[in-house]
Amino acid sequence: MDHFHQKHILDMSSLTKQEIDYILNTASTLKDISERPIKKVPTLRGKSIVHFFHEPSTRTRTSFEIAAKRLSADTFSISASTSSMTKGETLLDTVNTLQAMHPDIIVMRHSASGAPHFVSRHLNASVINAGDGMHAHPTQCLLDLMTVRETLGKIQDLRLSIIGDIFHSRVARSNIIGFTKMGATVTVAAPCTMIPSGIDKLGAHVAKSFEDAVTNADIVMALRIQKERQSNFFFPTEREYANFYGLTYERLKSMNKNAYIMHPGPINRGVELSSDIADAKESLIMKQVTNGVAIRMALLYLLMGGTRNAHSN
Amino acid sequence: MRILIENGTVIDPQQTLDDIRNIYIDGTTILAVLSQDEKSNIPFSRDEADHIYDATGQIICPGLVDIHVHFRDPGQEYKETIETGCRAAAHGGFTDVCCMPNTNPINDQPEITKYMIEKATSSVGTRVHPVAAISPGSKGKGLTEMGLLRDAGACAFSDDGHPVSDPQLMRRAMEYARSFDALIISHCEDLRLAEGVMNEGVVSTRMGLAGIPNASESVMVMRDIALCELTGSRLHLAHISTAQSVEAIRFAKKKGLPVTAETAPHYFTLTDSAVLEYDTHAKMNPPLRTETDRDAIRQALSEGIIDVIATDHAPHSELEKQVPFDQAANGIIGLETSLALGLKLVHDKVLTLAQLIEQMSINPARIMRMPEKRIARGYPADLTIIDLSITHTISAKSFQSKSRNTPFDGWKCKGKVKQTIVNGHLCL
Repeated sequence: MDHFHQKHILDMSSLTKQEIDYILNTASTLKDISERPIKKVPTLRGKSIVHFFHEPSTRTRTSFEIAAKRLSADTFSISASTSSMTKGETLLDTVNTLQAMHPDIIVMRHSASGAPHFVSRHLNASVINAGDGMHAHPTQCLLDLMTVRETLGKIQDLRLSIIGDIFHSRVARSNIIGFTKMGATVTVAAPCTMIPSGIDKLGAHVAKSFEDAVTNADIVMALRIQKERQSNFFFPTEREYANFYGLTYERLKSMNKNAYIMHPGPINRGVELSSDIADAKESLIMKQVTNGVAIRMALLYLLMGGTRNAHSN
Repeated sequence: MRILIENGTVIDPQQTLDDIRNIYIDGTTILAVLSQDEKSNIPFSRDEADHIYDATGQIICPGLVDIHVHFRDPGQEYKETIETGCRAAAHGGFTDVCCMPNTNPINDQPEITKYMIEKATSSVGTRVHPVAAISPGSKGKGLTEMGLLRDAGACAFSDDGHPVSDPQLMRRAMEYARSFDALIISHCEDLRLAEGVMNEGVVSTRMGLAGIPNASESVMVMRDIALCELTGSRLHLAHISTAQSVEAIRFAKKKGLPVTAETAPHYFTLTDSAVLEYDTHAKMNPPLRTETDRDAIRQALSEGIIDVIATDHAPHSELEKQVPFDQAANGIIGLETSLALGLKLVHDKVLTLAQLIEQMSINPARIMRMPEKRIARGYPADLTIIDLSITHTISAKSFQSKSRNTPFDGWKCKGKVKQTIVNGHLCL
């Protein structure tokens, strides 16, 4: 593949296997920029990137900021609390205002599923979805794919088990689509309240039990359990969740000696993962964060044409 | 201990067995079930037996199971304790009972569940299987730790007398329970519709008492059947009392949904006319209904639409019952009258004896996932011995239960429990 023809990165469904491979390859070659003493290349000099975050975020937002700056783009941030949207402006008006200032890329996070798709229909700029509601988180999926490929040498035929609140998770939805597309098998496990209807039709296997999911996996991905879900009756207590769906190092080793551990963060230590497992050598969590910058650099670069030599100083 | 039960008629509907057999028990287990002319395979001789029970003219069936009792322990021990409740159960022929969680505190913590089981173990023999609450404090605001409660010994989950009004909570409870293949028991009652003290109809109108319509039950039966279809969770409907509920259950079963149902002896025996003297011993929830409903309940039992007879044994002291009807507590005790009233259905040809045993032993044990009750070699010695020929008068004064609140005091009955055997232990 010579060229990347996508205008937006909205979800994993709209990317082909070849495009995903191309993104991962590009990210791998860009990774070393972050390891140099001078972590900056002029590739996107003169490009304007707006980080439009309508929902709290630390790692994704920082990751995008760093990625843009390492490519020398000019970045601007708008967050929900500081934007005119708190004054009652509609999303469409905010977006039209932004458009009038001619940004090249808008990186967007929003609590409403489909918001980036809506925005992309009204903008000339490229839109990168940095997470929309319960729908999609394509850059997280891509960095997860990159981390797995880097660690295990391939994605094809691997078994990924995702444990936790699948129902509310855009990470789970994107990973189910992304990993399946790349030839892996994805299994989900959770209390039945957290398994959304029809998830099997999206390509995920629903595990018979937690043990089943952990035992038959090359990678176990734990998701954060959100305390606020308690009030909507999805689970009773963190104590009970940790007891039946939490992983400790000992529990993991008793079920599966070889599996790697991933987590999109932030972790609730002692709930879905114990501290000894989060910091164990089998944990790829820090690698995920590092690769996040490379994936985002690759996407910014490819959306802007990807014609210049990205590595030249 | 080696026990030989001789010459009794063994009835075990699971094996379509209805014949005279000798039962050999050693310790907790049945060693052999042999016909009288079988001379080989006898595990021990009469001389070697520590106890010989002559069951001539009596029947022996798998131990009876009551999946709906209230033992008031912890919290209201003046009404009943686990010990007195277990003694009443053993005298009623029950080897197993399931205790509802509306104790004080509510059984919503593994520690309370464990307390109940341990206290029963040191009692007369009848086993207690606690039903834990669906929501903490049965307040309907969240889920209990069903997994931890199950591991502590909870056999099912119900908010019983504080029914789950919020349909979203009920949906989540059923989904969450499915993670552990746990059973949800629904006490079907819409609390707003049920703001009355007896059945709504001509009797309540004549007596000037606020009525509770049949729909207060059936709207929730229908809701929970719909949620059962949505979630695929096992659902058991408690103390069904109306014809409309029966229709809904019939529909659900036809659809193949995992729904089971119980009724109580008073709903197939009495009608709301029992309330005519303002007798607080006829006040219960759901209330006694009309003859149409009673007949529908009987029909449902005979067709197997209702799977289980359970007592809803609800002890209250005189303090709660010797008051004006409006103010009286709901509920009657039933452990020591249930079998006699069930046998009336057999005498009236509504049920066969085998059907009654299914509904009082086999079906409830299966629904609660208890170890199979089978009168055969290698199975636990859980047996109930009944003399069908004895005519007797129910006497509340002689009850083992701490409470006396029954409308059946003085009733003439035919058929009496002679012995209850739990794990090879003679309870009576």
